[in-house]
Amino acid sequence: MKVLMLGWELPPHNSGGLGVASYNICRSLQKRNIEIEFVLPYTSNYNFDFMNVIPAIPQSGIEFMMSGSSYDSFKYIDENNNEIWVDFSDQEKLYETAVLKIIETKKYDIVHAHDWITFRTALRVKERKNIPVVLHVHSVESDRSGGNQPNPLHFEIESLAFRLADSIVAVSNHTKNKIIHDYDIPADKISVIHNSINPEDFVIDINESNTYTYLRQLKSQGYKIVTNIGRMTIQKGLTNLLYAAKEVIYYNPKTFFLLVGNGEQFLELVTLAADLGIGDKVLFTDFQRGKNLRDAFAIGDLFVMPSVSEPFGLTALESIGYGVPALISKQSGVAEVINNFLKVDFWDIKEMTNQISSTLRYDTLKNELYNNSYREFNNLSWDHTAEKLDNLYHYHIRAGAV
Amino acid sequence: MNYQKAIVLYLHVHQPFRIKHYTVFDIGVDHNYFNSYEDNLTNNIQIINKVAEKSYLPTNNLLLRLLNKHPEFKLSLSISGTVLEQMEYFAPNVLNSFKELVSSGRVEIVAETYYHSLAFFYSKDEFQRQVDMHQKKIFEIFGQKPNVFRNTELAYNNELASWAEEAGFKGILAEGWDNILNWRSPNFVYRPVNTSKISLLLKNYKLSDDIAFRFGDKNWSEWPLTANKFCHWVSEDHNATNIDLFMDYETFGEHQWEHTGIFDFMEHLPVEWLKNDNHRFMTVSEAIDNFEPVDYVDMPYTVTWADTERDLSAWLGNSMQQNSISALYQLEQQVLSTNNINLISDWRKLQTSDHFYYMCTKWFNDGDIHAYFSAYDTPYIAYMNFMNALNDIRSRLFDLGVDFNG
Repeated sequence: MKVLMLGWELPPHNSGGLGVASYNICRSLQKRNIEIEFVLPYTSNYNFDFMNVIPAIPQSGIEFMMSGSSYDSFKYIDENNNEIWVDFSDQEKLYETAVLKIIETKKYDIVHAHDWITFRTALRVKERKNIPVVLHVHSVESDRSGGNQPNPLHFEIESLAFRLADSIVAVSNHTKNKIIHDYDIPADKISVIHNSINPEDFVIDINESNTYTYLRQLKSQGYKIVTNIGRMTIQKGLTNLLYAAKEVIYYNPKTFFLLVGNGEQFLELVTLAADLGIGDKVLFTDFQRGKNLRDAFAIGDLFVMPSVSEPFGLTALESIGYGVPALISKQSGVAEVINNFLKVDFWDIKEMTNQISSTLRYDTLKNELYNNSYREFNNLSWDHTAEKLDNLYHYHIRAGAV
Repeated sequence: MNYQKAIVLYLHVHQPFRIKHYTVFDIGVDHNYFNSYEDNLTNNIQIINKVAEKSYLPTNNLLLRLLNKHPEFKLSLSISGTVLEQMEYFAPNVLNSFKELVSSGRVEIVAETYYHSLAFFYSKDEFQRQVDMHQKKIFEIFGQKPNVFRNTELAYNNELASWAEEAGFKGILAEGWDNILNWRSPNFVYRPVNTSKISLLLKNYKLSDDIAFRFGDKNWSEWPLTANKFCHWVSEDHNATNIDLFMDYETFGEHQWEHTGIFDFMEHLPVEWLKNDNHRFMTVSEAIDNFEPVDYVDMPYTVTWADTERDLSAWLGNSMQQNSISALYQLEQQVLSTNNINLISDWRKLQTSDHFYYMCTKWFNDGDIHAYFSAYDTPYIAYMNFMNALNDIRSRLFDLGVDFNG
């Protein structure tokens, strides 16, 4: 079976969970003897032995990312010296043209596209090649806009694509319900195939070599560290976390917050921390990857993911992998694969404070929560995700493009 | 041949004082842990009234009718101090209906700890005090002095049996668990090892659970269970003397809802059973008085009536449960030294076993969260509420000038 995979990013050029999920899905699909051609909108010398990565556009990953990360849809930036303003939609169109050229003489059994930016291209491929199209929804615009007015263009692309697709894969029931209710798509067209994690991928370093020396020193003085790692966008609910942080610090002065990531809310959050008078207890590291990212996870006592609406929330799983239990918002899809999270409504700052404070105070709770969540975590594997996708491919290839 | 075969029906009545959503903000500020007035699963007033309506009132009504109609019908009850208090405060009509039952003279009250606690395993002194408190309360309300003992969750071992004998009880109740009985049948009176006077009654868990758990289950191959069929099963063991049917009182109307036919079943049970002249109903004391122990039973480990494990793991299985209960009992001397009635009473209400059951993660881990009943979203929230309340107890000790750092 040969799959044309249309993706927007792969690690290390990823802005978040989309790239991580795309990478792991392909790695596990290959184990099932599925041949994958993965088309990316940028050039990079990936050396994956499990799939063939094809650049659609001759631009570097860095240049590409500077024209707006996948989810900041309003940043405009000067590209090269050509005085062309390439925004996100332009990237999308360039990608479409390039992909259609690449596939002209090739044969595929099915096309699998990840998130709205590749959906239009996927439908064009279906038109040309008459093969079924599977749309993989890692997030929807109504999620990303955090309950505010969605970007109408993106919403429209999603709406149309959902109607024309052969099949829709949602990363959680949470997302499936959004697609049903916000986009009026019949439930039987949507399969929930959860994201996952490969437990063997994690290395925990909380020792001398951990990057965050100052935090290690604080911990030795009895401080507890609360972490959040993720894009700083309205969807992630981080302003509520800062309001809670002020209260937590009031009740537990030896608490420190580590916020890793960037995004359009970055400056707003830094300013808010200062305005709340907790600037000295909140550390912003900007976007990190590699060891710095792993160490940030590992140094924490509690990971908090207060998202307004979270289609899945891979970081909460990753935090378990790095030895740290998590508090997530009740509006998070990841709760569908792990029971042992603390859960709170994203808007309930008082309860968030209560649960963070209680966890920091009662080590027994923290350890029990972690041990139980780790037991569940250890049963997860991207191979389970790939198995379900494989079955779905077979079903639609047999049925043919509709 | 003139032999007697008796059904020993024993029902357990209990409600805890559930802890409301008690946060870090409340510590040192709000000393009322049990007074949720919101519409939720920790509103104790709402719950006692709901259970009264669904279970206590209709069941008492039925039992009273059966007592009036069948002079041979008898049963035993245990009623925890925490549920008695709640009835006194919030549902006095329910308490009256229990009094009316007992005044028939054919309802025996069984002794237990006032606070439905696991004190036996943490503080023998506190345990003894709570047994005494319960005796006193039962005498005040019902005019009875119980002489058969049941421990919380039917938690039983040899040590407890020896204690009960020394305390002057003539009988004690336990689970008739296979691992202890081996080939023997629970349908006789036994004697605990190392005792000389006290008798042991063992729950026939199969027949008891047919009513308590399986009655309304339409997937059960024996569904629907009729009184006729059930009495046939009970008669099957020809040599048996006493078939001990022990269960939660709330089986009637609450665990098994009215629409399952549980009340009709109960209504017909005495009629069917008493069709045979040799059949009797006995209270726990009567069974002990009528039948000599047939053998000794050795239970070195603690056995309870819960789960397939029949141990204390649902209450004390994880570190949150062990940590919170030992922290609670560590405050014993300090709390008692204050002579502050409210403080002591709150500390004791926190000993009720249900609080620890709510922290159980066994079922939560299996993903079978529906098999698990709790007033809280997760075991972690139950633990937080409890620990925050416990810290408020410490804060009150501090205010009273007592060093709680022991």
